[in-house]
Amino acid sequence: MMTAPSETKATSKSRAHNWLDQRFKISALVDYMGHKVVPVHGHSIFYYFGGITLFLFIVQVVTGILLLMYYRPGADSAYESVRFIVSEVAFGWLIRALHSWSANLMILFAFLHMFTVYFTHAYRKPRELTWLSGVGLLALALGFGFSGYLLPWNELAFFATRVGTGMAGAIPVIGDELLVIMRGGEEVTGATIGRFFGLHVAILPALFTVLLSVHLIFVQRQGMSEPLEWQHLPASQKKYQKFFPNFLYRDLLVWLIALNVLALLAVVFPDGVGPIHWPLGTKADPFAPPPPVIRPEWYFMFAFQALKLLPPHVLFIEGELFGILLFTIGGLIWALVPFLDRKSQVNQRSRLYYAFGYVVLAFIIIMTFLGYVAE
Amino acid sequence: MIAFAAEDNCLTCHKDIEDEDGPAHLITRDIHFQNGLGCADCHGGDPSLDDMDDVRKSAGYRGVPNHLQVPDFCARCHSNASYMRNHNPSLPTDQLDKYKTSVHGKRLFENRDTKVANCVSCHAVHQIGDGKLPHSSTHPVNVPATCGKCHADPAYMVEYNIPTTQLDDYLQSVHGKALIERNDLGAPACNDCHSNHGAAPPGHESLAAVCGNCHVFQMELFDRSPHKTAFAENDFPMCETCHSNHRIEKPHDAMVGTSGGAVCADCHSADDGTRAFVVADTMSTGLYKLVSARDQAKTVLDDAIAKGMLTTDVELMLGEVDQALIKARTAVHAFGTAEFKGKADTGIAKADTVLARSKALIDNYFFRRKGLALATLFITIVAVCLYLRIRKLG
Repeated sequence: MMTAPSETKATSKSRAHNWLDQRFKISALVDYMGHKVVPVHGHSIFYYFGGITLFLFIVQVVTGILLLMYYRPGADSAYESVRFIVSEVAFGWLIRALHSWSANLMILFAFLHMFTVYFTHAYRKPRELTWLSGVGLLALALGFGFSGYLLPWNELAFFATRVGTGMAGAIPVIGDELLVIMRGGEEVTGATIGRFFGLHVAILPALFTVLLSVHLIFVQRQGMSEPLEWQHLPASQKKYQKFFPNFLYRDLLVWLIALNVLALLAVVFPDGVGPIHWPLGTKADPFAPPPPVIRPEWYFMFAFQALKLLPPHVLFIEGELFGILLFTIGGLIWALVPFLDRKSQVNQRSRLYYAFGYVVLAFIIIMTFLGYVAE
Repeated sequence: MIAFAAEDNCLTCHKDIEDEDGPAHLITRDIHFQNGLGCADCHGGDPSLDDMDDVRKSAGYRGVPNHLQVPDFCARCHSNASYMRNHNPSLPTDQLDKYKTSVHGKRLFENRDTKVANCVSCHAVHQIGDGKLPHSSTHPVNVPATCGKCHADPAYMVEYNIPTTQLDDYLQSVHGKALIERNDLGAPACNDCHSNHGAAPPGHESLAAVCGNCHVFQMELFDRSPHKTAFAENDFPMCETCHSNHRIEKPHDAMVGTSGGAVCADCHSADDGTRAFVVADTMSTGLYKLVSARDQAKTVLDDAIAKGMLTTDVELMLGEVDQALIKARTAVHAFGTAEFKGKADTGIAKADTVLARSKALIDNYFFRRKGLALATLFITIVAVCLYLRIRKLG
């Protein structure tokens, strides 16, 4: 007996499904995804920021692996290999531009994602650990930025890393040892590239993958946070959409738009634009005088500027040390907000923590602005 | 050392009787005083005595030298090699000997002309500065004004029958602008060509050696050129014939050739029996071609840079074209085509390569744009399909 083509297709599809289902119980997963819903409201746009950050991270992984094919760490080879990548390797310039652009955009969207979570109090019970893992991910992302900046071994990267690691050296008790560990010696040398390279392509990705998996599992287990106002709404007024496929399709659409923007930026501004730029420039020369303007990446600018504005001494403590102490305390409070904000635990708005959020946001914006304008 | 100066009774009394511009006040700015020498070290006498009459009678008192005596007065120490070795071993001790060979020295000693410069005319009195220090009258930047004090003063120079326009000319020259306006201490001041203590105008025969001190390659080429003998036979001053002396303008390509402002045509004509016109035309055309090739390549390269292309290697190659242009301009001084053509042709070939590579970069730029447009179009189509699907799902 002849079999219709559609029937054949359906049969083979169900065969594959059955084969997998018997081994991995995928029906349960499909059922779970089928039941999962996402709240629909005025602030639904915020639900996409985390997804965009994830997409940009995937771009980072793919482009990073491609760069790894040609990059050779070392004081005598790092700069030359990056130059080879951007000038000789087919589409090497594009891969480097995509890697740099998506790195910057990933940090930007991670910040946006964090602030939207903060201001919607989405960190409240039961998402305290999701928030904590997110803060950890942001810290790792900043670590990626810091360690990746040195790898081209050009003049700016060299001096910025010297300043950056020098700040770590100002930390009391462990500072001196930390500086030696980070630099692989007293000074920024080829040994530092080796460490930063290991950090950038092995240690940080390993930690990031674990923490990201945890973060995503948490989000999947808990679903999207509903707005505070919804607790007073009757069930009939709460709107939802299916996660699969409705929300996933929307997520994919946003990713496609992000990909288009990324491609546009990478092609039109392969070396970045304005204060966000990464020209290869001249090779690092430890014996050359530092360039007139040493600036960190834009996402470190607020901290850099704040430390610069501090007086040499604050209450018998060295200014820079005082700043680092203040940032550490501020960072700890920020990470522990879900546990400190008692009102949010009982689904209430907390004016105090709103105000704290605005102060932090204003501080970052003003200091960043001053960092670029007050030269 | 300062303690020694403070015990100097000459200073104690003279400071009281002199105004602010008096020697006792000026001396504190003097390099000799700053190195521990007191008044008596030059003027003699016993500085520990209180009474001036006693000082005059004391052993070794020399008093104030007159204009004629000054060179020997200074030379007591400055021509004494063993004495100078203990104080400033790097300073030569032949200044007096050189001075005697100078126009100034000859007139002073032979004609007893007290209007000519002696040591203090240039170095000042009682506030003699180290020539390395910017406030010193013998610091390179101040030398033109120091010489110009007399040589740019028509009333003072009237009896010598020499021009007084040298300072003005020099200030407008390529050397003067470099030294005075740009503070480039590598540029020559008056003493670099005329010598300092042995100051004299360089003769026609030594002019190439004077200019060749810095412009080594030009001098070597000139010495091998047909001009060397021709200039000597006709008593033409070597470099000065084309470049003038004090008002030396920045050399430009139009100086080479047979028309317009070309200096070759000052002496040569098309039918003078030499190949001069052919050589001048070849060099002029070669320079013109090289400069236009270089400018065209640079314009296209700048466009590639503005478009954000990676141009480091091509920029380095443009630097080689600039080097070739400098070499070709130098080779002009061989006044033959063989030396010149090699340099110019190399430069033109390199400029053509820069042009071709810059054009390729610009083509690549547009290729990238087209690729981007295609990729964007494809992604957009997929996005639109997805959007329609989302709409359908509701």
